[in-house]
Order: sequence, then C-alpha cells, then structure tokens
Amino acid sequence: MEAYVNLFIKSIFIENMIFAYFLGMCSYLAVSKTVKTAVGLGAAVIFVLSITVPINFLLDTYLLKPGALSWLGAEYASLDLSFLSFIMFIAVIASMVQLVEMIVEKFAPALYGALGIFLPLIAVNCAILGGSLFMQQKDFAGVGESAVYGLGSGIGWFLAIIAIAAIREKITYSNVPAPLRGLGITFIITGLMAIGFMSFMGIKL
Amino acid sequence: MDKKTTTKLTPSLFFVNKEKEPLFSKKNRALLTDPMDDNNPITVQVLGICSALAITVQLKPAIVMSISVMAVMAASNVIISLLRNLIPNRIRIIVQLVVVAAMVVLVDQVLKAFAYDVYKELSIFIGLIITNCIVMGRLEAFALGNGVWKSFLDGIGNAAGYGAILILVAFFRELFGSGKLMGVQVIPDAVYAMGYENNGLMLLSPMALITVGVIIWFQRSRNRKLIEKN
Repeated sequence: MEAYVNLFIKSIFIENMIFAYFLGMCSYLAVSKTVKTAVGLGAAVIFVLSITVPINFLLDTYLLKPGALSWLGAEYASLDLSFLSFIMFIAVIASMVQLVEMIVEKFAPALYGALGIFLPLIAVNCAILGGSLFMQQKDFAGVGESAVYGLGSGIGWFLAIIAIAAIREKITYSNVPAPLRGLGITFIITGLMAIGFMSFMGIKL
Repeated sequence: MDKKTTTKLTPSLFFVNKEKEPLFSKKNRALLTDPMDDNNPITVQVLGICSALAITVQLKPAIVMSISVMAVMAASNVIISLLRNLIPNRIRIIVQLVVVAAMVVLVDQVLKAFAYDVYKELSIFIGLIITNCIVMGRLEAFALGNGVWKSFLDGIGNAAGYGAILILVAFFRELFGSGKLMGVQVIPDAVYAMGYENNGLMLLSPMALITVGVIIWFQRSRNRKLIEKN
C-alpha cells in the first residue's frame, strides 16, 4: 500500500508530466486561456491516462515483451514483439479517445462544444503516449502500479494546466511587453513554475 | 532551372491542378522558407513543443532528433498525400496515426542499429515523434489537401523550422550549461581560470522553457506582425 502512495505522489509532483518532461505541451499551451476549458481537458486527460496505461501494461506484459508470449506455449517463448509497441499503444489510445469523445458528446454537450477541436487532439497529446512509454521503461511490478502511475500523472497534468490557466486569466490585466504577449510570457511563466516544482525533488520516497 | 525542362522531367503525378508549374516555383520555395520564420511550427503555430524542450540539453541529440523528425514528416506527408483521395474522412486520424507510427518504428530501428548512444539518450522521445503535433498538424492542415511534391516540401520546410529552433535552444543550453558544443569543450581553460563557472541552471529542464520564451521575444520584436493581441 505504501508503495502505491509513494508512486502516486511521485508521479504527481516529482515527475510531473509538464514540468519535468514537457509532455502534452501543445494542448497545455493552446487550451489554457480560461480555467473552465482547462478543467474539462484536464479531466479528459486524467480519464484517458488512467485507462490506457493499465491496458497498455497488460498488452506489454502478455504480448509484446521479450518472452511475453510464453503463455501460448514453449515455442513462442523466444519471440520479441517489442518493436510493435508504438503501433499497439497508439491504436489503444486512439480508440480510447474516440470512446471518451462519444461519452462527453452524449452526457456533457456544453463541455463538448467548449473543447471543440481539442478533444480528438488528446490522441496526439504526448502526455498520453508518454505515460505508456514511461510505463514500459519503468518495468512496473503489476497492473495496480501502472494504474496508480497513470492516474497520478494525469492528476499532475491536470494541476499544471489549471495553474497556468488561472495565471493567464489574471495576466491579461497586466502590462506585458508587446512581443512577449501570449505565447512568450506563457513559456516564461511555465519555466518559473517548473523551477518551483523542482523543489519537490528533494522529497525522498 | 528553366520552365521547359522541368515540366518535361516531372511526372504528371505531382500535379493535381494540371497547372504547369516549375518544380521550385516561387510558391513552392515559400513552402520551404515560410516555416523558418513567419510560420515557424514552434514559435508561431505552437506545434511540437513537447519534444523540442526535453532533448535540448546537448546539441547532438537535438540534431539527431531534427533529422529523424524531418525523415518522418517528409515520408508521412508524401504517403498521406498519395492516399488523400482514398481515406474516408471519419477514420482519417487513425490512418494518419498508423502511417506516422510505421515511419517512427523505421526511424527507431535505424537509430537503434546505427547510433545506439544517441538512441539511449533520446529514449522515449523517438516514440513521441508519433504524437509530435507538428507531424499530425501538417498532415491535417496540408497533406490532406495538396499534391505530393508540395506536401513533401511542406514536410521538409516545417521540419527544418522545427529543427532550427531545436538546434538554437540546444546551442545555448550546451554552451552556457557545460561550456561545450557537440561534446567538445569550446570555452578555453583560461576563462575558467579567471573564475568563470558553467551555469548549471541551463542544464535543468525549466531553462529550456525560458530559452524558448526569450527566442519568441526576439523573433516577435523583430517581426512585429506576429505580436498577439493578448
């Protein structure tokens, strides 16, 4: 249990998707103009990440890893399909995103209208594929750990996009130098926030 | 190149609109040069930032990454543009993802075979070319509606614009962060003897963001039509 809590906190704060690895920056920059849309996109990312990472973990363990096919019989034990992992992962992600899109359209049409073009773009949100690839690299012990990791990194992304959206809402009232307006100042603020998040690195878990 | 010889050499496949156009007409050259400044994928279109920031600690991985992205973009732009009339609109995203993923697997295996050190350094970021928004963005915005040759140029141009920013950021980060370029020390020992220290902050991830922010600042103060209203 303790291991799960540690992994959860680590994936939210210390290995934050945005501030430590810059994953999902495109939608982070594009959809962070108001807090409301940011909450919607962040929630969608949490949902998709916490589903796709465990599914991809199962795929990786039982299909792709070297020797993963040994449950089929001894003659398959030497197969290594890991070069297929990119295609498998992205296919799972694309279909999950399609599912989320249909659910949101059905149950929250207002949110669907607000998110507009960015919902399909979750499929190409680097944070989602990055979560699965990190999962593959980290060699988790079981499906529980990978689910906790997916949920934690989704929440980390959610926190980051809400924080920047809130700051951007306020910064429209400030007198930013003209060439820095919009994108430039957002980059610099994100950099400063990332320096702040680096203070979590000292936590020993 | 004069017009007559080029049109003779070019297969008709390259042209959709049947207008005879030299291979490097003004419009086609603009496809290559626009993304370098006015329409830069990173600083103007805001695409493909994820990988641009994470691998810019040193110059070498940045250069390898730019070349890989260029190969993937040119190839997938050409393939999608060849298939553009065959792909049903509703499943186009999945088709695009599969094409891009196949290209990335090729690049991944080539790097693994011939440049293992860099491959290890880039780790998951090679895989993340699949979700690099530049690739998908250009497929959606350009290759689906344009001919093969134009899409090829667009792919090369945008990848070059992306690579230019990547290499610029990596140049400053490696120079100030570790006093080296391409792993070779460029700041002479005499300077260190005078009390100069490498700025370790440049090696940390937040400085990538701030460097890009400053590059955007420079670009927009020089090119004022890019300034946002707020």
